[in-house]
Amino acid sequence: MDKIRNLADLRELKDKLQSKTKLRDKSETPEQMVQIKVAMATCCIASGSRETMNYIVDELDKRNIDAVVTQTGCMGYCYAEPTVEVILPGKEPMVFGYVDSRKADEIIEKYIKGGMLVEGIIPVNYKKID
Amino acid sequence: MKDISYHILDIVRNSLNAGARMVEIHILEYSQTGQLVLKIKDNGSGMKEEMINKVTDPFFTTSVKKKVGLGLPLLKQNAELTGGRFSIESAVQKGTLVEAVFNLHHIDMIPIGDLALTFRTLIASSPDTDFLYRYRVDDCGFDLDTAEIRMRLEGVSLNTREVLDYVTDAIHANLKALKGWK
Ligand SMILES: Nc1ncnc2c1ncn2[C@@H]1O[C@H](COP(=O)(O)OP(=O)(O)OP(=O)(O)O)[C@@H](O)[C@H]1O
Ligand code: FES
Ligand SMILES: [Mg+2]
Repeated sequence: MDKIRNLADLRELKDKLQSKTKLRDKSETPEQMVQIKVAMATCCIASGSRETMNYIVDELDKRNIDAVVTQTGCMGYCYAEPTVEVILPGKEPMVFGYVDSRKADEIIEKYIKGGMLVEGIIPVNYKKID
Repeated sequence: MKDISYHILDIVRNSLNAGARMVEIHILEYSQTGQLVLKIKDNGSGMKEEMINKVTDPFFTTSVKKKVGLGLPLLKQNAELTGGRFSIESAVQKGTLVEAVFNLHHIDMIPIGDLALTFRTLIASSPDTDFLYRYRVDDCGFDLDTAEIRMRLEGVSLNTREVLDYVTDAIHANLKALKGWK
């Protein structure tokens, strides 16, 4: 008894999504997209980064914001976990601390959609090292 | 770590950091012995032998941003607290196998947790990596293989919400069916 639920019904989903992707493709290139990185090292996970990441992915989709959400290692601000980095197109990276779903909601609405600053920014001259 | 699902996310993150393109996650329960075996196998860069011995020491990490590596020591500790075992096999340029054995009925056994959410998180952030997720209770169980899903989706990215929802539902349904039979 290997597969209890098989993948046959993926076909329907594929057809639906292929037409949706086509519509989308024209609109934006990756450089124009919002980039979001969620720190996901051991202590980050223990402090809730898995839940934060899923909240962000789902809410961006619900609010029709095209963004690339990825995971990253420890950003070095362990005291403020969960930490999230947001890069708006053409802007400097911004790191936010203590991002639970309430904070994530605020970041999406005010910073990503509205371009306004919100509390909780970690004041750093953050340089990428990887 | 509060539960097995968080450990899985954490250990698989090591695999991804090691450049793995394929990660297998096996959860095997045996009702006869009351054991749960967790295996995480990757084809990443692997480790040298002297490193394997060091990694269960919480003060060892190759991360540049922090001073302690906790992922493997915490898994080892949680397995051993139930009277279980922990081991790592690894070969440079080949990959790594991390194995933890838990005694399910031990008082210090941690919950399994939200496996579907862990899997969803991994696919959402690494849609191009092949993940094989295998769950067995004795000789019943299921496999979920993102390589197969990707093939069937013919070019649609796995990190779209509809696909993530599909995978989450599939895992919930399969786990429910599996536990229902027992
Ligand atoms: N699958 C793997 N392949 C190659 N190297 C690994 C693998 N897993 C662990 N390592 C090595 O072992 C080290 C220790 O891993 P561990 O998960 O305990 O800590 P960490 O990942 O460095 O930090 P943390 O897990 O606390 O975020 C890693 O830094 C890495 O060098
Ligand atoms: S370990 Fe989580 S930010 Fe450093
Ligand atoms: Mg780790």
